[in-house]
Amino acid sequence: MEFKDYYKILGVERTATAEEIKRAYRTLARKYHPDVSKESGAEARFKEIGEAYEVLQDPEKRAAYDQLGTRWRAGQDFTPPPDWGAGFEFTPGRFSTAEAADFSDFFSSLFGNFARHAETGKERGEDHHAKIVIPLDDAFHGATRAITLRAPQLDAQGRVVLRERTLHVRIPKGIRDGQLIRLSGQGAPGTGGAPGGDLYLEVHFDTHALYRVEGHDLSLTLPLAPWEGALGATVKAPTPTGVVEVKIPPGSQSGQKLRLKGRGIPDKPPGDLYLILEVVLPTADTEREKELYRAMARDLAFNPRQALGV
Amino acid sequence: MEPDILTGSVIGDEAVLSLEDFARACPAEVSWIAELVEVDVLTPYGTEQSSWRFRAADLLCARRVARLQRDFGASTEAVAVMLDLLAEIERLRACLKRVGLEVDDGPRR
Repeated sequence: MEFKDYYKILGVERTATAEEIKRAYRTLARKYHPDVSKESGAEARFKEIGEAYEVLQDPEKRAAYDQLGTRWRAGQDFTPPPDWGAGFEFTPGRFSTAEAADFSDFFSSLFGNFARHAETGKERGEDHHAKIVIPLDDAFHGATRAITLRAPQLDAQGRVVLRERTLHVRIPKGIRDGQLIRLSGQGAPGTGGAPGGDLYLEVHFDTHALYRVEGHDLSLTLPLAPWEGALGATVKAPTPTGVVEVKIPPGSQSGQKLRLKGRGIPDKPPGDLYLILEVVLPTADTEREKELYRAMARDLAFNPRQALGV
Repeated sequence: MEPDILTGSVIGDEAVLSLEDFARACPAEVSWIAELVEVDVLTPYGTEQSSWRFRAADLLCARRVARLQRDFGASTEAVAVMLDLLAEIERLRACLKRVGLEVDDGPRR
C-alpha cells in the first residue's frame, strides 16, 4: 500500500502545533468540504484531508505516526513495521468506525485496530449509510442494482477488520433523487445475538443527457425551427417512456414552456415533463439559404430590439 | 447461484421515521435533535416529541449538520445560517438549470 504523508496533505511542518494543524485543516475544509464545496473532486480530496487530520489532531495517533520516522515519502510502497502499534491503544476518533472504513488502506493498517467496545453483551449494530447513483431510467421501470460496500466487522479475535461485500438491491419504480432505501439488518452486525443495524441508501440519479430532474418533474429542452415556432406545428419529442407527438402553438418563442402532464417520474399522481422551447436558426451557408434570410429581412417589419428603445 | 435481492422500504417526503429510529440513524442524542428542532433546522411532523416523525430530507440534513459541526466547530446557530445559504444557492442553481443554463461548479475566489 502507499505511504501517506499526512503533514504534506495538510500543508504543515512536522513540528506544527495542534493549533496550527487545526487552522490548516479548517482552511482546507472551507475549500473542499463536500457539504459546502462544489469544486470537482472535493469529496475525494476532503476524505484525504479528513484522514490526515484524524491522525494529526489525536496526540496518540500522531505520536504513533511520528514513530514511523521521516524516511518515508508519499506514495512509496509501505508495510507497517512488525512491532507496529506496541504500547498504543487507539481510541475511536471523530469518525464512527463506519466512516473510518472509507479511509485509505494505509490508515486502516495503522489505526484500524481501534480499541474495541468493551464487551457490553447484547447490543444492536450501528446503522450504516451509503450513496447509490442510478440511471433515471430506473425510476420509470424499476431495476436491481449491485452496490459494493466496505464495512468494518469484528474478526474471530475481536479486531475490527474491513470487509468488502456486495448487495443486490431492488430499486422500486417511482424512486426519486434524495430518497432513502432502508434495508433492515444490513448495517453493522449486533453483538450477543442482538439485531444488526439498518443500512440507509441515499439515492441519486446520474446526470441524464436529455432530462433535468426536479422532484418528480422532468424538463427537456426542445429545439424548434423558426417556422415551427411561428406557425405552430406538430413535432416529435422524446420522453423516458417513448416518443410522443407534441402540438406547438403558433407564435411560440424560445424559453416558453409546454407541460406534458403525467410524463414525469411515476408517482401518485405522477410528475410532469416540461418542454422548454428553443428556436434554432438554420444555417446561412449556401446562396439559396442566404437569399431566404434576405427575403425575410426585406419583407418582415421586424425589430427584435424594439423593447430596448433602439 | 442467484444472489439474494434485497427489498427495502423507501423513505421520502412522508414522515415515517420515529425519533428513536432517527436518533439511531444519525447517530445522535435526542437532546441534540431537539435542539435542531428548536432552531427550525429540522421540522418533524407532530407536535409532541414522542410523536415526532421525520422524512428522508431531515435525516440527510441532520447528518450534514453533524459533519459541519464536527469539521468547522460551528455552533448550531452558525450551522443554521450555513444551511439557509446553501439552500438558497441550491434553489438558484436549480432555477438556472431549469432554463437550461449550467453554472460552473467551482467556487469563485
